[in-house]
Amino acid sequence: MNWLRALLARLQNLFRKEQLERDLDNELASHLELHVAENLRAGMSPQEARRIALLKLGGLEQTKESVRDVSLIPWLDSLRRDAVFGWRQLAKNKITSIAAVLSLALAIGACTSAFRLIDAILLRPLPIAHPENLYYLGRLVVDSNGSLHDFDGWAYPDFQLMRTAAKDQATLVAVSYDLRADLTYKSDQEIEKAHIVYVSGDMFSSFGIKPALGRLLTPEDDAIPGASPVAVISFDYWTRRFAKDPNVLGKTFQIGNDLFQIVGVSQPSFTGTEPGTMTEIFLPTMMNSDATRKDSTWHRTFAIVKPGAAIEPLRAKLDSVSRAFETERSKSWHNESPQEIARFLDQTLYFGPAPSGASGFQQGNRSALYALAVLVFLVLLIACVNVANLMTAQATARAREMALRVSIGAGRRHLLQLVLVESAILAFLSSALGALFAARSAPFVLGTINPPDNPVRLALPADWRVLLFGIALTVFVTCLFGLLPALRASSVQPASALKGGDNLHVRHRLMHVLIAAQVAFCFLVLFVSGLFVSTLQNLSRQPLGFSADRLLVLDTVTRAPVSSLAWLQLADQLRSVPGVERVSVASRALLDDYSNNNSISINGSGPSETIAYFLHVSPGWLDTMKIPLVDGRDFVAADTDPGAAIVNETFAKTFFKGTNPIGKSFNELYMEGPGANFRIAGVVRDSRYQQIRGATLPVAYLPFYSVTSAGAPTTEERAALLVRTASENPLALASALRKAVPLARAEFRVTNLRSQQELIQAQTVRERFLATLASFFSVVALLLASVGLYGVLHYSVLQRRREIGIRMAIGAQAGNIARVVVVDALSMVLVGAVAGLAAGLLSVRYLESFFYQVKPTDIGILAFPAVAIFAAALLAAVPPLLRAVRVDPMIALRYE
Amino acid sequence: MGDKNDVWQGTLALMVLKTLQTLGALHGYGIARRIEQTSGDLLSLNYGTLYPALLKLEQEGYIASEWGVSDNNRKAKFYKLTRAGRKQLEREAREWEQTTEILARFLSSKEQPS
Repeated sequence: MNWLRALLARLQNLFRKEQLERDLDNELASHLELHVAENLRAGMSPQEARRIALLKLGGLEQTKESVRDVSLIPWLDSLRRDAVFGWRQLAKNKITSIAAVLSLALAIGACTSAFRLIDAILLRPLPIAHPENLYYLGRLVVDSNGSLHDFDGWAYPDFQLMRTAAKDQATLVAVSYDLRADLTYKSDQEIEKAHIVYVSGDMFSSFGIKPALGRLLTPEDDAIPGASPVAVISFDYWTRRFAKDPNVLGKTFQIGNDLFQIVGVSQPSFTGTEPGTMTEIFLPTMMNSDATRKDSTWHRTFAIVKPGAAIEPLRAKLDSVSRAFETERSKSWHNESPQEIARFLDQTLYFGPAPSGASGFQQGNRSALYALAVLVFLVLLIACVNVANLMTAQATARAREMALRVSIGAGRRHLLQLVLVESAILAFLSSALGALFAARSAPFVLGTINPPDNPVRLALPADWRVLLFGIALTVFVTCLFGLLPALRASSVQPASALKGGDNLHVRHRLMHVLIAAQVAFCFLVLFVSGLFVSTLQNLSRQPLGFSADRLLVLDTVTRAPVSSLAWLQLADQLRSVPGVERVSVASRALLDDYSNNNSISINGSGPSETIAYFLHVSPGWLDTMKIPLVDGRDFVAADTDPGAAIVNETFAKTFFKGTNPIGKSFNELYMEGPGANFRIAGVVRDSRYQQIRGATLPVAYLPFYSVTSAGAPTTEERAALLVRTASENPLALASALRKAVPLARAEFRVTNLRSQQELIQAQTVRERFLATLASFFSVVALLLASVGLYGVLHYSVLQRRREIGIRMAIGAQAGNIARVVVVDALSMVLVGAVAGLAAGLLSVRYLESFFYQVKPTDIGILAFPAVAIFAAALLAAVPPLLRAVRVDPMIALRYE
Repeated sequence: MGDKNDVWQGTLALMVLKTLQTLGALHGYGIARRIEQTSGDLLSLNYGTLYPALLKLEQEGYIASEWGVSDNNRKAKFYKLTRAGRKQLEREAREWEQTTEILARFLSSKEQPS
């Protein structure tokens, strides 16, 4: 360890050089004094005594130098000197340095934000004991359209069979999908929302999670359906909702009709297994009302594989267990064709690695985030090319200085170090600034992916992972823009450089190649953003088939089941609220990502190949939604389900092949039990049902008023009230309506209140996110590229003043001069644009899933980046051009 | 330089440590003189080479230094052995003895006529 101590001592010495120097001077002075004194005593003359002493020491300066070599690490000292020198150089060219630092900071900051998002959503391992051993169980099945369907939901009885089968090789735990539930702590008037999940009793112990307070769930909590109404809350929720009150244990809250008691708080870091949401309350799976149902897939299954256990045999075992379960279950399906059942049963179970958890948010945004990362990286490259050009230009300006250094004995390595240190200072400053930028922008960007009513919550810590990424990025960037100019500077030929005739053409060529690269990257960014933007435009211009203006959606629930007639009465009562134009009821709002589908049968034929989609609506719903009736009539109060139906044009076309369907009937086939018969009373225009994109679906609207086989009204616990308001801003009526609903009848309450417009926008969140960020980065890329081009042209005009002067002196016109100056650079722009175009067309196939009705080869899509880049290039070329044609030959020629 | 031997770095450090063990705290000039005297003036020590060696030993923690006053009332920097230095001296001395012993045996062994 002594070498380490010595190294530390030397590092320390670096910062107290002066004291060290003084000490050494004193010590050597005292040495000489002692020696001289002794020599004098030996009878020498004073001069002789001093001469001998110095001789014996071997020279004062030599001794000092050899001590210095020990006291400091020589190269570190030179590094320090280079850093000081580099800083002075940067400070001398303030404007260019600031421009370089700002553009790099923007790019580095954007890269770091992108990394933070990607890390938090996709990469960061869950804070559990052995995240590398965690897998989720998924199934692949080919659906009726022949496309592969991937789903990760499981029914609890199936899970129980698999858990038993796997127990020697892996621990299986069930974790339900995150649910944003309504819960109340005190009175019913104070409903709040919380993210809850139902988890297996042994989840916490299998994950190695400790309680922060009280206890966690145990397998005993998870043994008998409905028997253990206990809850564990997350540390984060405890902090926000209860201000870390230790008396939280024993508090109760109500979800639906169940009363839960809080028994513990989990450790701080753990916020569930679904990145994108933070679980606040953990309940035992046995408290889920679907716990014993075989036909409800409501939870994910995670496997914590024991060390050394092989995955494949385990997978095969669970696959056969699950198949056996589904085969058994399918025996009661009478309304499905045998082929359809066989297709459904042919599902393959797989183990998906889940060290960072599993969530729909991950699935939905993975490719978008990677696309964003690539865009951001391109912007970083553009910024680096800019700075590289700047450094090359400066290196040229400093060729004489470098040559002088070489002539007086500086090694090439030292010159390399000199320039690299300068680059490192730039990169470091930019990284620091970029980090500030990233600290702000990552949460902001996350905000743009958020649907407004249910914000994504994500831990975005600035920890060692981000720091490490930042350092790696800084080093990478330094090498990227610093190495080339540094090599160039260090290979300077003193003889020619000092004469002032260094080979300028080589340097120009390098800068031109860099410009071409920059334009190519820029073109690529612009091209891809153009595709994103027109995708968003296409989606926004989709005809909906209904009007979303001034339309409010009140998702309403009841505490106790309420008859379907009572819902219709509620709608009537709400019409009296001032500002309300129309109110209707439907089982759900359109475009609320809801779908209810079944096979149908016409005239007793077998199940249809195409499935039909259904929505229960009240009389007048068509008017409220402004969906025009094509034929027949709207529902009246006497229409019931089963009984009457209104179908859309696609339905009529699909199932009745162009004949008039009015008066005809069809049967809706349920998975189990007999179907229900409907007579078609009307035909309406098509409208969007579940999603804004994709083919138009065949939809049958059924009366909201449904009755049992005995003729009594059925009960409904949930429906959507659709309110068309008089005012332009429908949300102005929000609080009045929220109050009016429970007043109309005590059982009702509004759980979600959104405008229909929000529902539509929620469908294009990803596209909006990509289009917004891509546009932003396009502007940045274009700006950086034009600044780069301007810099190169400006520099080349400066370099060629003399040549321009001579040309003018012998009679060249301004036009000729302009051509000389810009023709090289603009041809580089052209080369770059072509390269960027090729790269763009190649990359499109990886991005296809993001595009909607966009053809990458459309002339408009291709023209946009080309026009933008050439316009920017021309703009950037104007000032240097003016400078070139205003060159006064007399001054230019005298200048050298 | 003829018949006087130059000192090489490794052995100089050992000599410094040994000198400090024998004489206690001592300034640079004193150490240099002592080494010359002990060697019976067989060594020609360039005094200047002593100071980098002293600094190196100090950085390694084998000796410590302090400003003080010499016998004839002059300010001087005094060096003394640390605990780690004492151990290092023992270790180095042992190694050195071993090396010389091996070499001695090697050189005194009779040549085998071929």
